[in-house]
Amino acid sequence: MAEKTLRGAFPLSTRKISARIGIAPIIAAVVLLIIILIAIFAPLVAPHDPLLQNPIERLKPPSSDHLLGTDNYGRDLFSRVVYGARVSLVIGIGVTILSVVIGLAVGLVSGFFRTADAVIMRIMDGLMAMPSVLLAIAIVSLVGASIWTVMAAITIPEIPRVVRLVRSVVLTAREEPYVEAAIALGTSMPRVLWRHLMPNTFAPLTVQATYVCASAILTEAILSFLGAGVSTETPTWGNIMAEARVFFQLKPSLILWPGLALSLCILSINLLGDAARDVLDPRMGKRED
Amino acid sequence: MPIYLARRVLAAIPVMLVVAVFVFLLLRLTPGDPAAILAGDMATPEQLERIRATLGLNDPILVQFVRWIGALLQGDFGTSLISSTPVIDLVADRMWPTIWIALITITLSVIVAVPMGVVAAWKQGSWVDHLVMTFSVLGFSIPVFVIGYLLIKVFAIDLRWLPVQGYKAPSQDLAGFASRAVLPALTLASIYIALIARMTRASLLDVLNEDYVRTARAKGLTETRVLFRHALRNAAVPVMTVIGTGFALLISGVVVTESVYNIPGLGRLTVDSIFARDYPVIQALILLTSGIYVLVNLLIDLSYSLLDPRIRY
Repeated sequence: MAEKTLRGAFPLSTRKISARIGIAPIIAAVVLLIIILIAIFAPLVAPHDPLLQNPIERLKPPSSDHLLGTDNYGRDLFSRVVYGARVSLVIGIGVTILSVVIGLAVGLVSGFFRTADAVIMRIMDGLMAMPSVLLAIAIVSLVGASIWTVMAAITIPEIPRVVRLVRSVVLTAREEPYVEAAIALGTSMPRVLWRHLMPNTFAPLTVQATYVCASAILTEAILSFLGAGVSTETPTWGNIMAEARVFFQLKPSLILWPGLALSLCILSINLLGDAARDVLDPRMGKRED
Repeated sequence: MPIYLARRVLAAIPVMLVVAVFVFLLLRLTPGDPAAILAGDMATPEQLERIRATLGLNDPILVQFVRWIGALLQGDFGTSLISSTPVIDLVADRMWPTIWIALITITLSVIVAVPMGVVAAWKQGSWVDHLVMTFSVLGFSIPVFVIGYLLIKVFAIDLRWLPVQGYKAPSQDLAGFASRAVLPALTLASIYIALIARMTRASLLDVLNEDYVRTARAKGLTETRVLFRHALRNAAVPVMTVIGTGFALLISGVVVTESVYNIPGLGRLTVDSIFARDYPVIQALILLTSGIYVLVNLLIDLSYSLLDPRIRY
C-alpha cells in the first residue's frame, strides 16, 4: 500500500526525470548543499570571529586576510556572510515545517468537514488579504524580536496558502470511489483523513514547501533589513545589509555580497521547486505531450 | 451582473471583518500591558495613562472593539500616538509618492511583461524563451532591496545617470520626479514583470493548442493577428488574476523600496510607525492595504466578463 502511494506521487523513472528537468536543478541542488554545509560548519569555514570588532581595520578592501574586506566596525565580511547562512536556513526550514504541518491539519479538516470549511476559509481569506511583510513586522515589533517570534510571524501569513492547496486536493479526492468505499465500510474519520486523503496532498505539498521555504528566507531578510528581525548582534544577511546602508556609496560590496548569498540561496530553492513541480504535477506532463 | 456584484461586495465584508478582528486583537493579545508595550520601558505613568485613554484600553475588550469598528465605519481611523494628528491626515499626506510609483510600476510591468510572455510562448523552446524564463526565475529570486541597490550602484554611482535617492513631487518638478522615480519603479517592477511574463507565457501556451487558433492560422491570418487577436485575448483572464494576486507583492515591495530609495510614502510611514510603536497608524495601514488588496481583486474579477464574453455573471 505504502509502495503504491509512493509510486502514485512519484510516477516517473529517474531517467525520464533527468531528461525533463535539465541541468539547472542539479546545479541548484549542489549550490544549496554547499550553502547548507557552510552553515553547519560555519566555525570551520569562517576565518574570523564574525562579531570581533577591530577599529583599526575599518572598511578595508578585500585582502588575503579578509577575503571580502571588513565592515564599519572592522569585522570580517566573509565570516559574517558565512554565519548569516545559519539564521536564513533555520528560519527557512522552521517556517516550512511549521506552516506545512499546521496548514495540512487545517486544510484536511476544512476540505472534509463542510461546516468547518466556511468559517476556516473566511479566516484564511482575511489572513491572505493582509500583506505578509506588514503583518510580520507588526507582530515582531509588538511581541519583541527573537528567532522564535520571527519564525512565528513569518509562519502565520504562509499558512493560508498551504491550507488552500490541501483543501483543494481533499475536495477532489473525497469524491473518489475508494474514499466513499472506506466511509461506507465504517472506517473512522481520522483514519479516512490520515490513510486515504492525506497521501494525495504529498506531491503538491512538496512543491509548495519549496516555495514557502524561499519566501520565508526572503521575508526574514526583509525583516532584518528593515530592522524588525532577529537582534542586530546576530549576523544575518539582512542585518549585514541593514548596517551597510549608510556606507553604501562608500563601500557597496558590504550590501552586494550578502545580497548575492541571499539571492543564490533563494534562486536554488526556487529552481528545485520548479523542477519538483515539473516532475510531480501531472498537468505539466499533459501540456508538454 | 448587479446581483453578482452585490454578492461579491457582500463576500468582501467577512474578509475585512477578519482583518479588523486580527489587527485589533494583535495588540490586545500580546502578552503584557498593551500601553506599556507601546510606550516602551522608559514611559512615565502619565504617558501610560494617556495611551490608555487614547486607545480606550480601560474599557472591556468588547466595548473597545465595538467603539473602534463604529468609528472606522464613520471614517475615523484614530489618532497617532506620536504626533497626535488624525491617522487619516497622515495617510493623505504620504500617499501620493506611493500612488505615483505604484502606477508607474504597474504600467511598466504590463508593457514589458506581456510582450515578453507572448514572444516566449510563440517561440517556445527557443533561446528567447529560455532568456525570458531565466529572467523570470531571477526576478522571483533576487530580493527587491538587492535589485534596488544593484540599480543604484550601476545607474547612480557608477554611471551617474540618475540621482541616488530621494523624491520630488511631479507637480513641483516633473523632471526631478521622473529621474528619481525610474529606479524605484524598475526595482518594484522586477518581481511583477517576472510574475506576469511567466503567467502570460503559460496561459498563451494553453491557448495556442486550441482548435480556434489552428482555424485562424488555417484561414491564412498573419501570425501577429493570430497571437494578439485570437490567442492573447483568450489568455488574458489568468494574466489578470496574477496581476491581482501579485498586488500583495507590490505592497510588500513598496515598504522595502521606499526604505531603499528614501521615498516619503506610505511604505516609509509604515516602517516609521512600527518603530515608534504608533499602533493606531499601524492598525490603519494594515486595514487600508488589505482593503485595497480586496478591492483590486474584486475589480479584476469583474473585468473577466469584459475580457472573455463567455464569462457572464
